[in-house]
Amino acid sequence: MGFPILSVMIFVPFIAGLVILFGTRQKPELSKQVALAASIIVLLMTFALWASYSLDQAGYQFIEYIPWLPDLGIAYHLGVDGLGIAMLVLTGLVVFTGVMVSWNINNRPHEFFAYLMFLATSVLGVFSSQDLFLLFFFLELAVFPKYLMIVIWGSPQTRKYGGMKLTLFLFIGSVIALVGALAIYFAAPERTFNLILLEQAGFSPDVQRLWFPFLFLGFAILGGIFPFHSWAPDGHVAAPTAISMLLAGVEMKVGVFAALRVAIMLLPQGAQYWANWILVLATINVIYGAFIAMIQKDFKYVIGFSSVSHMGLVLIGFASLNADGLMGAGLQMFSHGIMTALFFSIVGMVYDRTHTREIASLGGMVKVMPWAAVGFIIGGLVSMGMPGFSGFVAELPIYLGVWRVAPLVAIISALSIVITAAYILLTVRRVFFGELPENLDPNMPGISIKDKISIGLLSLFMIVIGIFPGLMVPLIESSVNHILTLLGGA
Amino acid sequence: MENTMLIWILLSPILAAIVILFLSEENKKLLRLVALGASLIPLILSIIVWVQFDPSKAGFQFEFTAPWFQAINSNFHFGIDGISLPMVLLTTILTPLAIWASFSVKDNVKAFMALFLFLETGALGVFISLDLLVFFLFWEIGLVPMYFLINQWGGNNRNYAALKFILITMGGSLGLLLSIQIIGLTTGTFDLIEIYQLWPSLTLAGLQKILPFGLSITTVKTIAFWAFVVAFAVKVPIWPVHTWLPDAHTEAPTAGSMILAGVLLKLGAYGFIRLVIPLFPQQAQQFATVLAVLATAAIIFGALSAFGQRDLKRLVAYSSINHMGFVVLGIAAMAYVGTSAEGALTQSATIAMNGAILQMFNHGLSSAGMFFLVGVIYDRAHTRQLDELGGLWAVLPKYGSTFVFMSMASLGLPGLNGFVSEFLIVRGAWHIFPLATALGMIGLFFTGAYVLKAIAGLLHGPRNERWINLSEMNLREIAIAAPLMVLILSIGVWPSWILDMINRAVSLFF
Repeated sequence: MGFPILSVMIFVPFIAGLVILFGTRQKPELSKQVALAASIIVLLMTFALWASYSLDQAGYQFIEYIPWLPDLGIAYHLGVDGLGIAMLVLTGLVVFTGVMVSWNINNRPHEFFAYLMFLATSVLGVFSSQDLFLLFFFLELAVFPKYLMIVIWGSPQTRKYGGMKLTLFLFIGSVIALVGALAIYFAAPERTFNLILLEQAGFSPDVQRLWFPFLFLGFAILGGIFPFHSWAPDGHVAAPTAISMLLAGVEMKVGVFAALRVAIMLLPQGAQYWANWILVLATINVIYGAFIAMIQKDFKYVIGFSSVSHMGLVLIGFASLNADGLMGAGLQMFSHGIMTALFFSIVGMVYDRTHTREIASLGGMVKVMPWAAVGFIIGGLVSMGMPGFSGFVAELPIYLGVWRVAPLVAIISALSIVITAAYILLTVRRVFFGELPENLDPNMPGISIKDKISIGLLSLFMIVIGIFPGLMVPLIESSVNHILTLLGGA
Repeated sequence: MENTMLIWILLSPILAAIVILFLSEENKKLLRLVALGASLIPLILSIIVWVQFDPSKAGFQFEFTAPWFQAINSNFHFGIDGISLPMVLLTTILTPLAIWASFSVKDNVKAFMALFLFLETGALGVFISLDLLVFFLFWEIGLVPMYFLINQWGGNNRNYAALKFILITMGGSLGLLLSIQIIGLTTGTFDLIEIYQLWPSLTLAGLQKILPFGLSITTVKTIAFWAFVVAFAVKVPIWPVHTWLPDAHTEAPTAGSMILAGVLLKLGAYGFIRLVIPLFPQQAQQFATVLAVLATAAIIFGALSAFGQRDLKRLVAYSSINHMGFVVLGIAAMAYVGTSAEGALTQSATIAMNGAILQMFNHGLSSAGMFFLVGVIYDRAHTRQLDELGGLWAVLPKYGSTFVFMSMASLGLPGLNGFVSEFLIVRGAWHIFPLATALGMIGLFFTGAYVLKAIAGLLHGPRNERWINLSEMNLREIAIAAPLMVLILSIGVWPSWILDMINRAVSLFF
């Protein structure tokens, strides 16, 4: 079995969290440094996984298997495929930059960073789980840190409402998914939660059609599917910066990742049966999210709704159920994760200095923070699917995929490109250009070197993937090939 | 055979832009000189390519291929022929001149210069791409620097103009993107050379699933044809989708207007020649008359609107619509004849096409020159209203002479470049669209009217005491105008140095 690299990666932040919570209580600087060290270790380990994943062999690698409750068929079973690696790298990047931009948190910092670390463990665990029970275990591990971080460090006006709404929605989503999971557990020929075995279980078409909506919808609620998306903007806006980055950048991916890994891959015939319904809902996500983003007056809500719109494209890619669509969806998960983390980090930097998120009372920020302006523009170009950036190489295959199954969806959702361009350009102009409002101090401090490193790192990934998609595509393709065999074999 | 020459032409501006980003904003002089020096590299390289180019060979030369997005079979495939080479040369000539012209820009020099070099790469990429997706990549990416150039360094109404510019162009390109996707899905490749072979003759019945609503392949091709036409028509711009242009020009900084009129408008016309006609020969033939009618409308309405302007820059902007109308007329003539007609008509179409491509080059020179001269006077007088200006020839004799020279090129005076290309278009189109051509020639009359109106309003009339102390064109400004004037005169007197190259490429078309 070799070195348990996945376990180490998952539990490094957990241990760091415990150390911060109990060991460095009185030393805020040390807490931050422990968190930073843990996030760097995780980031480097995800890069190591990326480098050592064998594309020739494909499939699930770095497997770890320890029986847990053998009578119930539950095991501590880890392993990742190409898409999982991409998601781990994304998590590594977002956690690292999340710690970096939260450096100035001075309200109970040890708890903040400890919860952040627990959240990282939860997410890394979900992406690595090959046992359905373990997957739920890791998923639920995130509930309390998320809720607490929003209500303690969130934006004072809406944190109670936003935190509660988010927690309840996600809870309902995972309960619905759990019902589906238990149903297929009992329908399976042998009593096991092993995802790799369940893929081969050969559920009858009736079972698949009946339980697919539970599993898919349950997880897709976590990904912000229409009409259960409203928790996302409210929750993201209420959350503190690093949590917004993690929630929108990674947690939404957790939802759609689980929807793919569990619902589509275990119940492929169910997916084929319900694909058109998913397409309808996802198209509404794309268009409706973009329009709502356009009329927002709050800087952070613009980004919140843009996530709803972009996640719709991921779901469209899934529902196309073919090579191009699935590959594009995988790339979009990565690209959107990076992009939205960058957006939220910059929103946070602006807010920290101006103490307002009203677009109307902002302006001229480029003079104060040119790096943030350039980062936001690069993120904006990714968001509007500008060729040469990662958004384009992700969205194009999605459109190619959906052309084959539902050309109308391709045409309608392509309209979102122009709507997105409109709201992004308007936001860029109103927030970063023009005159600095009089009530703001023109000599306000610029952004720190840590902020610049975060912006630079995230921007770099979006540009490099856009120009050399070949760096990431083979990884995702290897997963997609496996999914296609499942779909074809069904 | 891999030849990296085009790659260096394409990448040298962007590499220079990256270098500029690391220089200090304080040292404005250095920033300007680095930008100017860097923009000379692609110029020198493209002159070398021009010399090495073998016009007698069919197909593309200096080809280069490198993988980009292999999963969907799209590659960085570049190459040039006798049609794209003059456009590359035009871009590399105008960019250094525009950068030199913007030495008067004071704010944020670093960002300005970097964006400008970025813009050059975007435009060059469109002209040399031989892969549909890569073509689209450069097509869109060029919008970004232009948006910021207008938005950051433009006039009072710049926010409105910049947003209108980018949204209308992006909206126009949506159909292009969707059609490119359909072409890629049906042919399985984005490589232009392969698509030239596969797409026009595509009649497969097994593609029903990809084609929306069970449409036939002919219908889909017609829709895709119109999507391409709309995208390129917005860029040219053809009446009635031209409304972004006067606003964008009026608000753009001088150098931005020079490149916008000189190079970016050519991207649209180039798209017609490179993509629309070869990919959709039947549809092009079928709808050529519509194009000709729109072209005539552009010629006449463009000229009339130009005549109605009081703002000198808006006048020049509308004149672009007028002149680009002739380009479209030539393209329409070529589309109408297609590849199937008998000898005499083919000859006419060849002549019209030659004229259209030469007109693209010529209009690039003269419109860039005109916008530059508008900028020169605006820098001094801080107004562009013809009512307020007047009698300037006596104050600024050098400026006056230069302005008259450029105006005459624009008007189509024999001996200067505009005459040659417009004559060729009219001569070629006459046998194909007699009525449209006749109306277009009436449009030429209005062209004369607005050019003379501009000259009269600016240079003649009673001398206004307000302008008595204006300073004459300085050496830098003369040096910017001089190369344009030399080229304008050389094409006017001896057009064959460039026309030979174009003519051979066009002959290979048929």
